[in-house]
Amino acid sequence: MLKANGLWFRYGRRLPWVIENQTLAIAPGERVALVAPSGRGKTTLSKLLAGYLQPQQGQIRLDDRPLPSQGYCPIQLIFQHPELAINPRWRIDQSLNEAPRPSPEILAALGIQPGWLQRYPHELSGGELQRLAIARVLTPATRYLIADEMTAMLDANTQALIWQVVLEFAQEHGVGLVVISHSEALLGRICERAIALGG
Amino acid sequence: MRLSPTVPSRLSGFSNRRQHTLGAIALCGLFLLGVMVSPWFLSDAGLNPILALRNQPPSWSYPFGTDWLGRNMMVRSLQGLSLSLRVGLLAASVSAIIGTGLGVAAGSLGGWVDAVIIWIIDVFFSLPHLVLLILIAFAVGGGTRGVIIAVALTHWTSLARVMRAEVLQLNGADYVQISRRLGRSPFWIAQHHLMPHLLPQLLVGLILLFPHAILHEAALSFIGIGISPHLPAIGIILAESMRHLSTGYWWLGVMPGLLLLLAVKAFDWLGENLRALLDPKTSQG
Repeated sequence: MLKANGLWFRYGRRLPWVIENQTLAIAPGERVALVAPSGRGKTTLSKLLAGYLQPQQGQIRLDDRPLPSQGYCPIQLIFQHPELAINPRWRIDQSLNEAPRPSPEILAALGIQPGWLQRYPHELSGGELQRLAIARVLTPATRYLIADEMTAMLDANTQALIWQVVLEFAQEHGVGLVVISHSEALLGRICERAIALGG
Repeated sequence: MRLSPTVPSRLSGFSNRRQHTLGAIALCGLFLLGVMVSPWFLSDAGLNPILALRNQPPSWSYPFGTDWLGRNMMVRSLQGLSLSLRVGLLAASVSAIIGTGLGVAAGSLGGWVDAVIIWIIDVFFSLPHLVLLILIAFAVGGGTRGVIIAVALTHWTSLARVMRAEVLQLNGADYVQISRRLGRSPFWIAQHHLMPHLLPQLLVGLILLFPHAILHEAALSFIGIGISPHLPAIGIILAESMRHLSTGYWWLGVMPGLLLLLAVKAFDWLGENLRALLDPKTSQG
């Protein structure tokens, strides 16, 4: 169970609160949508949950333990822009090996071709890079996956392919999903329930 | 209409950009290395005065002409440039080390360390460059040592700023943050994410520092507080030639000047091409 209790967060002492007294709980294997208009802190909340930011008040607990501050984080966040998520000076292979390497089945399911692995990120398209960024965190150590507009920049075919693989993986390993998207059709198709921010 | 596929031309040996880049690097490197080691291969005979051959304009046997004592200007210019390059190399290396150290410290430690280093950089930037050079060279007693210390102490600021910005940008980059959440230690990140970005910056920064270092060394020697007059540094040669320019002996200033220009341009070109080669975005075009 991933629980967030009374989270408060702001980016600076004089700045307004972005997250105010937010409480939520997500069970393993659950698929939850995070809904709010732009600028209401969806991305901030997902960064808090994945440990990229520290809340000023409140805590996040995974199975009643605080998040580990080092080592592989069991809650992984997938960003909207894959070209920023991969070091431009590394070959793809090296980026994939940064986490425990995903299984060949996952790579094949995402349509990642072996020929890509020896290339540099700028030689691949956005959709191809996003598949690599997703493959990187589809490892057994991942317990919760936060998809922040994960497929917003991709065409319908690639979206469908990616979501199919991610949902299968989540079901198989009991991974909880938090989905942020502005596409209501997508959220309706994937998620079991929705959390409205700021409400 | 029939579309014909473009066939890479096999006529020109250097058709792709990577070969161009590598060729340029090799050419510049060889030229500069050649100039630097030339004194060990040229005989000192050209430096002996031959009064019968005074003030000869450039010819096949004396490409740079001879001076008012009948010395071979090409040998003198190469000797001078070699000395200038070695002085520049030392000064620029020390400068690059200072710049990298302070820049990385400012970028990664932040807080008051950052504030102090930025303040020092701003102070250096606000002072006229040449005045500062002259003051430092004068304060430490002039001579070759003075030039090296002065150039080394005044040229690190721009590289430090570049390095600081690079570290700040890298630490804020998504892929570095992700790397941390993927369980990588700060040391591993520094080694694998930061180094591959900082090393090319250092290398290119160092090479692009050279022209500045050499020109400022020449400037200091030219006005007489740099390398001592009996050594054939390029600045000394140019300063001496000033006295003879008005009498029509143009080659005394023009030929060493052109050689210096060529060397500086070669460093510039070397740096630009090395930068292109080290960045995967431009290295394989």
